[in-house]
Amino acid sequence: MSISSSSPHRTGRVNSAVALDLYSRLLRTRRVEEKIVELYPQQEMKCPTHLSLGQEAAAAGVCAALRQTDRVYSTHRCHAHYLAKGGGLKQMFAELYGRQTGCAKGKGGSMHLVQPELGLMGASAIVGGSLPIAVGSALAAQLQGKDWIAAAFFGDGAVEEGVFHESLNFAALRRLPVVFVCENNFFATHSHQSARQPADNIYQRAAAYSMPGVRVEGSDVVAVYEAAVAAAHRARSGEGPTLLEIRAYRWKEHVGPNFDYSMGYRTKEELDDWMARCPLRLFEEEVLAQALCDKAQLERIEKALSEEIQEAVLFGQQGPDPTFHDLIDDVY
Amino acid sequence: MRELKYSQALDEGLCQAMAADPGVFVLGVGVDDPKGIFGTTLGALKRFGPGRVFDTPLAENGLTGVAIGAAIEGMRPVLVHARNDFLLLTMDQLVNHAAKWRYMCGGKLSVPLTVRAIIGRGWGQAAQHSQSLQSLFMHVPGLKLVMPSTAYDAKGLLIAAIEDESPVIVLEHRWLYDHAGPVPEEHYRVPLGKAAVVRDGADVSIIAISHMVVEAKKAAESLQTEGIDAEVVDLRSLAPLDVPAIVASVRKTGRVVVADHAWRTCGASAEIAALVVEHAFESLRAPVRRVTLKDAPTPCAAPLEKLYYPGASDIAAACRDLVYGAKTQTAASPVESRPRAKDVEREFQGPF
Repeated sequence: MSISSSSPHRTGRVNSAVALDLYSRLLRTRRVEEKIVELYPQQEMKCPTHLSLGQEAAAAGVCAALRQTDRVYSTHRCHAHYLAKGGGLKQMFAELYGRQTGCAKGKGGSMHLVQPELGLMGASAIVGGSLPIAVGSALAAQLQGKDWIAAAFFGDGAVEEGVFHESLNFAALRRLPVVFVCENNFFATHSHQSARQPADNIYQRAAAYSMPGVRVEGSDVVAVYEAAVAAAHRARSGEGPTLLEIRAYRWKEHVGPNFDYSMGYRTKEELDDWMARCPLRLFEEEVLAQALCDKAQLERIEKALSEEIQEAVLFGQQGPDPTFHDLIDDVY
Repeated sequence: MRELKYSQALDEGLCQAMAADPGVFVLGVGVDDPKGIFGTTLGALKRFGPGRVFDTPLAENGLTGVAIGAAIEGMRPVLVHARNDFLLLTMDQLVNHAAKWRYMCGGKLSVPLTVRAIIGRGWGQAAQHSQSLQSLFMHVPGLKLVMPSTAYDAKGLLIAAIEDESPVIVLEHRWLYDHAGPVPEEHYRVPLGKAAVVRDGADVSIIAISHMVVEAKKAAESLQTEGIDAEVVDLRSLAPLDVPAIVASVRKTGRVVVADHAWRTCGASAEIAALVVEHAFESLRAPVRRVTLKDAPTPCAAPLEKLYYPGASDIAAACRDLVYGAKTQTAASPVESRPRAKDVEREFQGPF
């Protein structure tokens, strides 16, 4: 077993069906979050939104490698995971607008999107908090002989939490069907990884727990997909967990719809460099160049998505407010 | 009825809950070792094997998260800690996650998790192996908390905790483990959130928690000989708290002593006192009294332990004050409980 590897060789082209699937998931995440950027200044979405613009390929590539019955446990930055796993747009916008019709009846908000029937089992806004919970989901699968696997999404900051090590240790000890997906966007709020970690080697931490660790270029959705397929296969076949370090970049501020390079903790040049490697544009160019699908197909996807988003926004804006009953319900 | 020790009742309750539902499993540091958490997991290990009763790494917070994840997926994990104090390592998962997952998910997912933990006392266990942290958990909406004081309730509340849809913490007192009492052989539940009047009385209500119920019963017997008729209420559940039972007792007697082997400040006793004032002020014939620990960490030395823990004589003194109208307030006092012939606790010796 290779314990860790960096930027694995891309094994080749994906077929048309996979290409369309990946494209749809990428586009869905991108366009929904662009809509949030557009609407957020209206001050009607009264919840903190942590956007994944720029780092969508991590969610899209991993979720495309999962089955509908597979579980996703997410973080405060959960939109992309929810969207890439197929989460409903109406319930999402209603949740952002704090409506009773939201996916969590308006009690969770942007940081706690959930849709259990699609394997979206919730998200924690405590850094590292959902990692062991995903491991527990995998333990439940193993104990009951179920065939689902669990994907635990987390950021580079979570690697510094004790619970990261507790989770990897236990998952490896019991060879649990879990994929640890670290989206390394290099910043914990405004603090760079280099100010928090002695070395830039997250994927190598896997070696300490005798599991494979793989570093993946997060602008390349196919690379992410292939790494996730291998990790999911390993998990499902009883070989145990894998740690993926997907290097991606958050274009927007830590929380909110704006660019923040003017704050000075990172540069416009750095942002421009990453935006030049936009995962959506790169993949669109690739599928067209390789004739995996034609422009008209992509336009049809775009148009249908646009209509779905419009409808979902209206559904969210016009939904009923939750009531006093909702306030005290679901505590126990 | 047949008698079992409190620890045997826990063992039997666990086995019956596991037999009733294949989704119940037991995990925790040392649950499968030869001592099996003072014998309370040995029966389950023997009957159901290591697939359903297994040891864990020393990662209390992470393993709490693991148990939460399994619970979200519909299983019913029983996570066991040999000491209550270790729960402090799990506060993030218990408070931020277990208590909130259902609410944050709009009720779409539940966390039917049971966490067992033991309160230590005596033989110099000192500050980190003997804390009574119930008020921390009572404070958090989404967590349930029970503290059985009898073998009957230990079995019935453990089964009810395991079968409940919410996370339930079961705090057991180590000194109760050898107390024997009648326990039905069949599977049964003691409802969460229901107190028990364990002794009827007319003059004063002693609202007691966990091991203090034992002390309260002794105090009531002693007071009887002096002509004071004390009622003893065993709360059994601290969350949800049986407010109607507390209020009914206070309305009947007009006097209340709250007995809790935990700290006074912001303790369970403070909450109960506040509830009494809110709900039964007009019935009170005297101020509410509390018998609690001093606000200090647990000491090691035996003479200091003796000073630290209040007992039956302190409860009795507080009751007398209320009935006769004394002016001074009693917390822990050096007065020892009256020795008794068959007292399992007096035979209690180390090592633990």
